Amino acid sequence: MRTENQKFKSVSTENVKPPAVNIGLIGWIRTNLFSSWFNSILTVITVYILWKTIPPFVQWAFIDSLWFSTGAECHEAGGACWSVVLKNFRFILFGFYPHDQQWRPLLAMGMLIGLLFFSRNRNHWNIYLAYSWMLGLLLMGFLMKGGILGLVPVESIQWGGLPLTLILSVFGLTAAYPLGVMLALGRQSRLPIIRSLCIVYIELIRGVPLISLLFMSSVVFPLFFPEGVTFNKIIRAQIAIILFTAAYIAEVVRGGLQAMDRGQYEAAESIGLNYYQTMRLVILPQALKIVIPPSVSILISAFKDTSLVVIIALYDLLKTTQSTLTNPEWMGFSAEAYLFIAIIYFICCFFMSNYSRRLERELNRSNR
Amino acid sequence: MRQEKSDKADGLQSSEVIIEIQNLHKWYGEMHVLKDISLTVQKGERIVVCGPSGSGKSTLIRCINRLEEHQRGRIIVHGVELNNDLKNIEKIRADVGMVFQHFNLFPHLTILENLTLGPMWVRKVPKKEALETAMYYLDKVHISEQAEKYPSQLSGGQQQRVAIARSLCMKPNIMLFDEPTSALDPEMVKEVLDVMISLAREGMTMIVVSHEMGFAKSVAHRVLFMDFGQILEANTPEEFFGNPQHERSRLFISQILH
Repeated sequence: MRTENQKFKSVSTENVKPPAVNIGLIGWIRTNLFSSWFNSILTVITVYILWKTIPPFVQWAFIDSLWFSTGAECHEAGGACWSVVLKNFRFILFGFYPHDQQWRPLLAMGMLIGLLFFSRNRNHWNIYLAYSWMLGLLLMGFLMKGGILGLVPVESIQWGGLPLTLILSVFGLTAAYPLGVMLALGRQSRLPIIRSLCIVYIELIRGVPLISLLFMSSVVFPLFFPEGVTFNKIIRAQIAIILFTAAYIAEVVRGGLQAMDRGQYEAAESIGLNYYQTMRLVILPQALKIVIPPSVSILISAFKDTSLVVIIALYDLLKTTQSTLTNPEWMGFSAEAYLFIAIIYFICCFFMSNYSRRLERELNRSNR
Repeated sequence: MRQEKSDKADGLQSSEVIIEIQNLHKWYGEMHVLKDISLTVQKGERIVVCGPSGSGKSTLIRCINRLEEHQRGRIIVHGVELNNDLKNIEKIRADVGMVFQHFNLFPHLTILENLTLGPMWVRKVPKKEALETAMYYLDKVHISEQAEKYPSQLSGGQQQRVAIARSLCMKPNIMLFDEPTSALDPEMVKEVLDVMISLAREGMTMIVVSHEMGFAKSVAHRVLFMDFGQILEANTPEEFFGNPQHERSRLFISQILH
């Protein structure tokens, strides 16, 4: 006993700096790239692959590339033909929207991005923001559609490109989320009819691919309508996307609800809150916070899935790009064109996942 | 000792019955957890319920505010019978406060928001008044300086005191305590019991599931001993701890004294 006590006493209680082995560039390389023979081999292989791929890509994409040429000149040259994007820029972005009216979708997209940007800050989340969203979406609709205030009417058949993709996504995601939450609550309901209806709905929708839903919405549903009654094609696709995404959101939200401690329900009940208040004030704020990461994955994949409307001949971003490539002048430059829209999709998705991480961090800070 | 006596003397001048339980039965599936329980509680009475785990004591008090549903028998709280009528359940819950073993504070709300939630949404009290009430009760449980913090920033004892204040904000006539100190570190038990004792001095009707003998001796009018879903013994604390009648209670007391 005494010897141990002496041992303890001999150790200084002051903080000691860590050993300086892994300091400096050499130290960093050693610990991160060559810490073991296996890691050394991996490092060498990776460097070799990068050496073989990056310089040729740079050569193709930037050094040998053509930016403002005609298609014929591109076919002569060996490098990337970015002209396919730049020369068809407006068609890829706006589809068949009348050329002289394209400032309208551009303005609408500007409004949308502005609203999204403003909504990033949680301090702005109040009832006025909800009103400005409603007003904004209405205004965007009028801008696109026209027919009032001297704007030339533009049929929705002519809508296309990036505005269409954004409309389908933004409306789809904002409508699907509340619907999904309601379905999740319904699935947990004590009333057997509501519960079974929700289960049937969720399992049915999750059991079919989005493509088949889109087909149904554009081909099968019109058969049930009386003659002469037609629904806008975009709206039909939109409904299919909403119904589809909501089922997935519902399952994710259910996971969050099940993670909640029973004590939270009991505490809420014991101070007299009713079901609706318990959910709104106590359970959902906590459960939805837990499911931010999986919800965002679903929103991201739903955003990308809007490109499937190609299949029912809506001219979204992907379809306008495809049509450009069927033009004989630009045939064969699909790599460049698809790279371009990949970048657009990537930017949107990147912002979404980035924002979800920020939101998670902020919510964690406010209640550890 | 004199203090303890005087604590108890005040409570029971009135003989108004506030809770009446008649021939209560409850099953979990096939398991018979409450067997023919009858109990009358008078206004201002303080009852401590003890017994081994699984004896049905928590289930009994959870039946009183309908966190558990009973299958047979009657429970009448303040003249209102507890049945499937949602109106009655709401009335009774507004009248009965409950404190849980694991506090069950709402982690996403500040202490103050935890306290004002019930009054503002259930009693429709204006925000300003709810805040005043909340601060009054926080002060009473000696924790007003923590009002803006979140539950996870508080110690267990502090959280339990907040939970008591949260129930009090609803101005209940009856308080139920479900093992309020058994999830606490030993050094925090006293601060919670002190709050409960001061509540008892003000004449609150209390039913406390607890094994805290000191607490029972100083404030309880009656101690109920439960086992196998039945009340085996009901006695004054002095008699119960000093001279237990039932064989099971003798065994139980010898166990908690060790």
